[in-house]
Amino acid sequence: MTIRTRIAGGTVVDPVAGTVQVADVLVEDDRIAAVGAPGTLDGEAQVIDASGLLVLPGLVDIHVHLREPGQEYKETVATGVASALAGGFTSVACMANTNPVNDNSAVTQFILDRAKMAGGARVYPIGALSVGLAGERMAEIGEMHRAGIVAVSDDGRPVMNAGLMRRALEYTRMFGLPVIAHEEDDNLCCGGVMNEGTTALRLGLRGRPAAAEDVMVARDIALAELTGGHVHVAHVSTAGAIDLIRAARARGVAVSAEVTPHHLFLTDEAVGEYETNAKMAPPLRSPTDVAAVRAGLADGTIEAIATDHAPHHPDEKDVEFDQAAFGIVGLETALGLGLRLVAEGVLDLPTLVARMSVGPARLLGLPAGTLAPGAFADLTLVDAERRWKVVGRAFRSKSRNMPYEGWDMTGRVTTVLVGGRVVHEDKAGTPTLRVAS
Amino acid sequence: MAFTQRHLLGLEGVSAEAITSLLDTAASFKEISERDIKKVPALRGKTVINLFYESSTRTRTSFEIAAKRLSADTINISASSSSASKGETLADTARNLEAMRPDAIVVRHPSSGACAFLARHVTCPIINAGDGCHEHPTQALLDCLTIREQRGDIAGKTVAIVGDLLHSRVGRSNVHALRTLGARIRLVGPPTLLPREFAQLGVELHTRLADGVRDADVIMMLRIQRERQGSNFFPTLDEYSQYFCLTEDIVRLAKPQVIILHPGPLNRGLEISSAVADGPYSVIMNQVTNGLAVRMALLYTLVARHKAEDAAHDLETPSEPLRGRGVARA
Repeated sequence: MTIRTRIAGGTVVDPVAGTVQVADVLVEDDRIAAVGAPGTLDGEAQVIDASGLLVLPGLVDIHVHLREPGQEYKETVATGVASALAGGFTSVACMANTNPVNDNSAVTQFILDRAKMAGGARVYPIGALSVGLAGERMAEIGEMHRAGIVAVSDDGRPVMNAGLMRRALEYTRMFGLPVIAHEEDDNLCCGGVMNEGTTALRLGLRGRPAAAEDVMVARDIALAELTGGHVHVAHVSTAGAIDLIRAARARGVAVSAEVTPHHLFLTDEAVGEYETNAKMAPPLRSPTDVAAVRAGLADGTIEAIATDHAPHHPDEKDVEFDQAAFGIVGLETALGLGLRLVAEGVLDLPTLVARMSVGPARLLGLPAGTLAPGAFADLTLVDAERRWKVVGRAFRSKSRNMPYEGWDMTGRVTTVLVGGRVVHEDKAGTPTLRVAS
Repeated sequence: MAFTQRHLLGLEGVSAEAITSLLDTAASFKEISERDIKKVPALRGKTVINLFYESSTRTRTSFEIAAKRLSADTINISASSSSASKGETLADTARNLEAMRPDAIVVRHPSSGACAFLARHVTCPIINAGDGCHEHPTQALLDCLTIREQRGDIAGKTVAIVGDLLHSRVGRSNVHALRTLGARIRLVGPPTLLPREFAQLGVELHTRLADGVRDADVIMMLRIQRERQGSNFFPTLDEYSQYFCLTEDIVRLAKPQVIILHPGPLNRGLEISSAVADGPYSVIMNQVTNGLAVRMALLYTLVARHKAEDAAHDLETPSEPLRGRGVARA
């Protein structure tokens, strides 16, 4: 028997059409059946009253760390998925730096099994580019592809061997897999813990120069041009890299980019007096860089916002700055920060939604981000007016390492559907589910 | 206005008045070390812990003697003998030490910001005795005291600081303190060790030693660490010394009454020639003597206030209470 659900009277944002209009969304089983003017989609259905809410295609985050297997004290697939849903994400792609590393199909399968057990969001593993992320020998990309990976990446380990990168970009063409690259030259970063600049100088901390990112982006654009492979620049953070990517895309090179919310909002001054929750790689940059990534996001040079959700235990952050782990969690604050970009006039609402759904989905070929009939009925309902305060201990994630504690946000996820099923509801302000007679 | 911070983590942002107040207090304490019985009861019953995660002879000894001359009980903990070698975190070490109710913890640590980190975990005063490449505030204070003694008012003086500015906590603390006190600062070194961002702190940058020291009132040499060789900051120590070793020929370019400082330990023949280090312009031993006075002043200022808030009056006239409380005299 077909189960029909009507999400009624919401403001539907269609990032593909670029439209924002009050409409009903009719769901049949796990698929979208139709989007139409309110009241025009007939038939018996349970109704979710979405009046006053935004109805978005389920959000997509192509850069998260779920930490399982191996570092379950930081996060598990189940807690990571819960965190994703609370943030409005219905699809996530998880990085390969697990323990053991996701460099073979057995680990890929394990992650997918855990995701199935957890239920809720769709989890897409990213396979390691090289065995053990060691940057030496190519991993069994084909076997992992069969098991279900959607991209390859050595994650936080920049591929310093240009020859290996070249071969990976060539080989992955066979599977249509992008190579996701952390673009920082190790030899230029050499142990740096924050952006190179006045703040680092003042604090006596070793810097990672913006040029370390620029030179790697330039190299990999050249390699993408050479090979015809698709290089996707993870968490782009510098004005120089944006310029390079924009120019390369204009001449048709298969290069794409994502940006994190923190690189859109924070500069290296956030390190303040050795704030380890402002320590990440690539590091928070200068105001010029923030302006450049914002511009790149607006003009489409950057097609995706991705959180680089990186859970860490407090013991890994409550230490000397140079000893602290890199990275912050981001799944539960990304949409709130994204809506700030809209409020600040950086993006319009459909563009924001595109960068958080169809944009990243297309980059990795994920079945998500669209409201077209026949698509998965993954939907995120948002009360765009609701104000809330970021409180780390209320997170669904196991970890709370982030610099946004106490920030005021406007716009909160109320309900999330994956495959037509309600998988997350925010207790306050949840729309009522009722069966129409 | 007196120095009113709870901790001394660095000199960035510390006012000229507060620095001057500490220097005045230090100057008044110098006399104690000239006595036959070099001890006053100012900190009797107080406990000062020296927590050193890096090897140190001069600074640790100076802090220990300073505390002892004020009658405080001192405990020295070095990294190799501490629980750090058993894997205890810095935060846990700090909490455990705090539970023993010390009145101040003097910290040297290889990580920049370690003292700021500790200050968030304990309530007793933290005194930075050098944290990574960040600051070494007592060194800069003793340098300021030495300059003031030898050359009078620091305002308007030209100070050349020469060497590895990139990694130097002594250099950073001196830039902050000397700028605040109105000196003109020239930083001198190879571009690899002299980040251009320093210009934003309001100092001149020079890559030629002769240009940097010309007509200078003060030349402050920084120690070059031998392990920098091999990291491509410069080709060899030999080449470094050809360009940046302070020799008598170079000193002659400075003002006739120039003074030469070095925080020690010296690399003779590398960054400073023996003729200069031991010559008439050198005030290196005065620095060491003044270091003791500065650390006494600091311990007195921070510890006396920490335990007795009603000592506010004493802080404004630091030499008075010592006499008033029957300081032992020979």
